[in-house]
Amino acid sequence: MLAYIIRRVALLPLMWLAATLIIFIVMSFLGPYQRLSLYLRSDPEMIVSAKHLNDEQRQRIFEKYGLNDPFYVQYFNWLGQVFQGNFGWSKTAQKPVLDALVERLPATLELTLLSIGPLIFLAIWMGVKSAVYQNKFLDHVTRFVAITGYSLPSFVFAIFALVIFYGLLDWLPPGRLSLWAEHIVYSSEFIRYTGLNLVDSILNERWDIWWDAFKHLILPVVSLSYLSWAGLLRVTRSSMLETLQQDYVVTAHAKGLPEKKVIKKHARRNALIPVLTLSGFVIVGLLTGVFIIETVFNYRGVGFWAVDATLKFDVPAVIGITLFTATLIVLANLIIDILYTIFDPRVRYD
Amino acid sequence: MTDEIKPAPSIWKRLKKNKLSFVAIGLLIFFIGVMFAAPWLAPPEQTCPSYIYYIFPDWLLSPFMKDIPCKPHEMPRDGFTTTPLPPNAAAWATFPPDWHLHPLGTTENRYDIWYGLVWGTRTALFAGALIVLFSFVIGLLVGGMSGYFGGWVDAIAMRFVDFMLALPGFLVTLVLVSVIGRGLDKIILASIIFGWTTYARLIRGDILSVREREYIQATRALGAGHARILFQHIVPNMIYPALILASLDIGTVVLGLSAFSFLGLGSGENYADWGQMIALARNRIAGVAGGSSLEFWYTYIFPGLAIFFFVLAWNLIGDTVRDILDPRQRGNR
Repeated sequence: MLAYIIRRVALLPLMWLAATLIIFIVMSFLGPYQRLSLYLRSDPEMIVSAKHLNDEQRQRIFEKYGLNDPFYVQYFNWLGQVFQGNFGWSKTAQKPVLDALVERLPATLELTLLSIGPLIFLAIWMGVKSAVYQNKFLDHVTRFVAITGYSLPSFVFAIFALVIFYGLLDWLPPGRLSLWAEHIVYSSEFIRYTGLNLVDSILNERWDIWWDAFKHLILPVVSLSYLSWAGLLRVTRSSMLETLQQDYVVTAHAKGLPEKKVIKKHARRNALIPVLTLSGFVIVGLLTGVFIIETVFNYRGVGFWAVDATLKFDVPAVIGITLFTATLIVLANLIIDILYTIFDPRVRYD
Repeated sequence: MTDEIKPAPSIWKRLKKNKLSFVAIGLLIFFIGVMFAAPWLAPPEQTCPSYIYYIFPDWLLSPFMKDIPCKPHEMPRDGFTTTPLPPNAAAWATFPPDWHLHPLGTTENRYDIWYGLVWGTRTALFAGALIVLFSFVIGLLVGGMSGYFGGWVDAIAMRFVDFMLALPGFLVTLVLVSVIGRGLDKIILASIIFGWTTYARLIRGDILSVREREYIQATRALGAGHARILFQHIVPNMIYPALILASLDIGTVVLGLSAFSFLGLGSGENYADWGQMIALARNRIAGVAGGSSLEFWYTYIFPGLAIFFFVLAWNLIGDTVRDILDPRQRGNR
C-alpha cells in the first residue's frame, strides 16, 4: 500500500509541470508588456509606459526579466518565480497576485467547507434510503430532485433562490456581510484571526456578526451544493441497488441478520466505493461552481475575483488562481486515491 | 437476478413503459421546431441576402468573410432606455406574435425576450451539436488508434487523456479567454479541447471489444491494411451506440456553455444566448439598477425556464436510451 501511495505522489509533480507548461504556452501568445506583469511585484504600467523611458531603456527591462530568451529558458525562469511565491502583479486587485489571493481565500474557504460536509452526508443518506425503499414515495421524491438538479444550471437556481429569499421575503441578502457588519469587521477593535467571518465573530464574541455572516452564507452554500449533490445522490442510489442484489447480501439476509445490520454493515460499505470515485468530480465541481455562485451573489472571494480578472484581461491573476486551484484538485485526488486503497483493498494489488 | 434470464423487451416497449420520455421527446421536437422556424417566428429586422446568414452564426462565418452584412442572431434593441418593458398581450393577437410589440417583454437595455429566446434556441442547438460532433470526431480518431494499435501508442494516448481529464477545464478556459479574448467561438473551442477526452476513452474501450473478433481476424488474414480494417470493419460495428450516447450529451454541453455566457465570456450582451439573457436580468434581481426583483419577473423566468426544459429534455431521453442500450443497468433506475 505504501508503494502505491509513493507511486501516486511521485506522479504529482509531473502532472503539475505539464499543467504549468500548458498555461505557459497559452501565455506566450501575449505581448511582452502583458507578460512583464507576470514577473513584477508592482504595477508594470507605472514602470514600462512611463514617459521618460526611451525604447532602449524598455528593451533593457525586457532583457532583465528574460523576455527575449528562448522559450524553455523563459519557462524555467517563470517556474522559478512561481516557486518563490511570485505570481506577478494583478491590475484588478492593484496588488501582487499572491497577496490578493491570500486576502480573498478565507471567503471562498468558508463557502466550500460549509458546502462539502452536508452535501456528502445528505447525498449518501438519501441515496441509501431511496435504494432500500425503491419505488416508494421517498424514492420518487429523490428521483425528481436529482433530475431537476441535473438540468437546472446553478446560476438559474441561485437567481431563483435570490428572487424568493431576497426579493420577495427579504430574509437572505446577497454579498458577504451587511454594511453595518462590514464596518465593524474592518475596524480596529475587531481582530481578524483567520479571515473566516464565522470563526472570527465567535472569537470576538460578536454574535450579531456571526448571525449576519451565517445569513449571507445560506443561499450560496445551498446553490453551490445542489448540483453536485444531485449527481452524488444518483450514484449512491444505483450503486446501493446493485449491492443489495449481491450474493453476500442475500447470504446475510438468509442467515437471519436484522435488516438494519445488513444494510449498514454489508451493503452500504461496498456501495460507497463508486461514490468515492465520484467525490473527485464533486470536488472539481465545487471548486469551479464557486466561480459562478460567487458572481451571482456578489460574494467577494477568489471566484468572484477570477471572473472579474478574466473579463478585464488581468492574466497574472487568472493564472495565479488557476495554478492554485489546480494544485488543490491534484491534492484532493491524491487523498481520494489513498482513501480508496483503505476502503477497497483490491486496488492495492493492481 | 431473475430478469436477466428473461428476453430483453423491445426498445419500443421499454420506451412505452417510461412515460416521462414521451414528454421529453415532445419537448425536444418543440425545441428543434423552434430552431427551424426561427426566421418565421421572429423575423429579423432586415432580410438577409442569403440563407447562409440565417443558418450559420456570425462567429462561424467571420473567419471566412470580411464583413457580415446581416446578423440575425443579435437581439434587436428598442430605444436606448435600460429599464425592461413588461410582456404585452396585444402582441399575441396574431401568431407568430409580432416581436416589435414585445410578446414576452424586454430584458435589461430593452432587448426583446421573445426574439432572444427563439434565436437562442438556434444558438444552443447549433453550439451544442458543434461541440459534440467535433469532440466525437477527435475522440474517435485518438481512441480508435489507441484501441486498435495498442502498445506504446495506447500508453501515450491514454496517459495524455488522463492528464487532460485531470486538468480543471473550467479554469484553463478562463486562462484562454483572458488571453485571446471573449466570444462564443472561443468558449466552444475550449469546450472541444476539453470535451474529446471522455469520448476517446469510451471509444477505445468499444474498439478493444471488437478488435479480436473472428471477422476482423479474417479481414486481416485476407491482407487488408490498418486503415481499411479500422474504418471499414471495426468502426462501423461500434460507432452507432457511441454516437447516439454522445449526441445525448448536447444537454450537458449547453448547460456548461450557458454558464460561460452568464459570466460574460460569451459573444457580447446583445447576442441571442439564454445564459447571456440571464446575465442581463441579473442587475434587477440584486436591486443594483433599482426596482424590486419581482417587478421584472419576466426577465429571468423565461430564459431560465428555456435552459431548464432544454437540458431536462436531453437528460430524460438520455436516461431512457442509456437504459435501453446498457442492459446491465436494467431495473436499477
